[in-house]
Amino acid sequence: MQIVSQVREPLITGKRTLHDITDDISSRVEEKPSKAWILAFLLSLALLGAGGVFLGDMLWNGIGRWGLNRTVQWAWDITNFVWWVGIGHAGTLISAVLLLFRQKWRTAINRAAEAMTIFAVICAAVWPVIHMGRPWLVYWPLPLPNTFGSLWVNFNSPLLWDVFAISTYFSVSLVFWYIGLIPDFATIRDRAVGKWGRLIYGALSFGWIGGARSWVHYESVALILAGLSTPLVLSVHTIVSFDFATSVIPGWHTTIFPPYFVAGAIFSGFAMVLTLMLITRKVYRLQHYITLEHIELMNIIIIVTGSIVGIAYITEFFMAWYSGVEYEQFAFVNRMTGDYWWAYWAMMTCNVISPQLFWIKKIRTSLVATFVLSIIVNIGMWFERFVIIVTSLHHDYLPSSWAYFTPTWWDIMCYVFTFGLFFTLFFLFAKFFPVINMAEVKTAWKNSNQDVYKHNKTIEDPNNVI
Amino acid sequence: MAATEAQKMELNKHFVVGVFDDEDTLADAITFVKEKGIKIHEVFTPYPIHGLEHKLGYKHSWLPTAAFLFGATGTTLALIMQIGMLGVDWPMIIGGKPFIAVPDFIPVTFEMTVLLAAFGMVGSFLVSQDMKPHKVPRIFDRRATDDKFIMAIDLAENTLGEEQLKEVLKEAGTEEGTEEHPAIFRKDFTDEENNPSFIGYVRKLFSEGVLANDTSRPVKS
Repeated sequence: MQIVSQVREPLITGKRTLHDITDDISSRVEEKPSKAWILAFLLSLALLGAGGVFLGDMLWNGIGRWGLNRTVQWAWDITNFVWWVGIGHAGTLISAVLLLFRQKWRTAINRAAEAMTIFAVICAAVWPVIHMGRPWLVYWPLPLPNTFGSLWVNFNSPLLWDVFAISTYFSVSLVFWYIGLIPDFATIRDRAVGKWGRLIYGALSFGWIGGARSWVHYESVALILAGLSTPLVLSVHTIVSFDFATSVIPGWHTTIFPPYFVAGAIFSGFAMVLTLMLITRKVYRLQHYITLEHIELMNIIIIVTGSIVGIAYITEFFMAWYSGVEYEQFAFVNRMTGDYWWAYWAMMTCNVISPQLFWIKKIRTSLVATFVLSIIVNIGMWFERFVIIVTSLHHDYLPSSWAYFTPTWWDIMCYVFTFGLFFTLFFLFAKFFPVINMAEVKTAWKNSNQDVYKHNKTIEDPNNVI
Repeated sequence: MAATEAQKMELNKHFVVGVFDDEDTLADAITFVKEKGIKIHEVFTPYPIHGLEHKLGYKHSWLPTAAFLFGATGTTLALIMQIGMLGVDWPMIIGGKPFIAVPDFIPVTFEMTVLLAAFGMVGSFLVSQDMKPHKVPRIFDRRATDDKFIMAIDLAENTLGEEQLKEVLKEAGTEEGTEEHPAIFRKDFTDEENNPSFIGYVRKLFSEGVLANDTSRPVKS
């Protein structure tokens, strides 16, 4: 037996019943697409198409179309890659790490966050593939037999670790997401009144009927996948940071990179989840499931990770000074005051100063402020990667080869292409898949609804499972 | 009591089904029904209910063990692959490191461990639960994926008759029920429904459409 905390807010408000939960979420899938959805979808298709024209032109003519030069040989491509991978960290973190910590508030947001993860990783994967210049040789980083060349791939290279890390992360996240979708597909199948709905959602649900035996296995699959995904999500951005940290470029060659990149990834991922969820919540009227409590908790994670990122920036400067290495010191002073000072200060303002506003309760419970700050954080995180990559390269060891990077239209439009891809996928998801995990929200319903909390009722819990 | 041949033939065909509207009522009902010496075929719930498996006497899932074995296979394969390629088949000096640079092999080894563990476990789950896109599920009540908790009792597994079982279920606390959706009802499956063919299911679906009494969506008033 256990008395429910009187401090916490209920996770499901508005006196929703179990059937209301099914209705509120499933009918979004069942109803005809609204005009707003069609408009938004066409807009993202337009971005995809416009970006695609430039991308196609660049594939035909080569990556000389980008603004890269022989000093700055990595710029927007790898910046965008790291930015998208970083965004792709929140979903698995929410569903895996918060599942292990038994945080019930994850149930309302994990579905959309995981979808966002998968789409962001797809957008990230675009970059290394097109940066190869000859994307039809994309299988070359795979450990294939000698007949393809005379050598095996180099397992000492962090770039190869990245191939394994990103592809494992993508496929395991996809499976985790799909396993979560199965019971909800079954719900939509059972509600279907049309033969196509019955057939398609029936096939997607894999014949799920919710027997207690299956649930026992299902729960242990979810738990073990969470246990596997937790180190996986931490390993992915660690390995991405190794791309830089194992090199000998001043400004990259630092041991702080793995934890600092992981914190930054969670920071930007939660910001993107908030941006998307606030829109979805508004359009689909999900305020009973994604309550202010949910938004406040996500904002608290943003303060924590944003502060870790801020401390990491300062630590880097301290270490550059303390190491006594003049190249390192130059790299950092150049970051702050050199040609790219504006990018550095944009990063510091967006990432270090702006999330601190969430210490004020009024701001972290305000939808408008949260929405604006979530976008600012993602702008800041893009600048962080840009600053790390470009400022460390543009003034290298030989002053005669110092250069400045300016993006071309191809840089910009390839970035737009990934936005088009991301939003196209997200809008398709929001229309045809249940955006909230109905089965999991229902598990939280009995002991986290308005009635229980408002009356401080005692809940029977003989097996001590709450 | 040993089941006769005739009884075995009737297994899995005739059921008495009770509909509950609360997870705790269902949990108590399971204890109540089992105390009467009745064998429960299965319960169907819209979401996982912890503690139910103890009441029903189900064992822990063996899938974590499968995940461990698949993961260990992944670790082994990854190490064999990397040591075999860079250490044995074509040794090369890279950055002055030894041919078999174990610390450098850890990231790929870790990723392959996770990959094989996850896919192996999920694959075992799908195969063992007979889950596949072309599965035609045998459904007692479609509301089991919405807001109802369904208990199915196989008549051939129990000595009590249909009416007595219905009586017990009523005592166990089934919901009120309506004319259209009774709280306790008998459900019979034919041999064909127990071993359905996917082609036949699709053909029937497209000739008849979805029947009005075969969906959990409430009829619009």
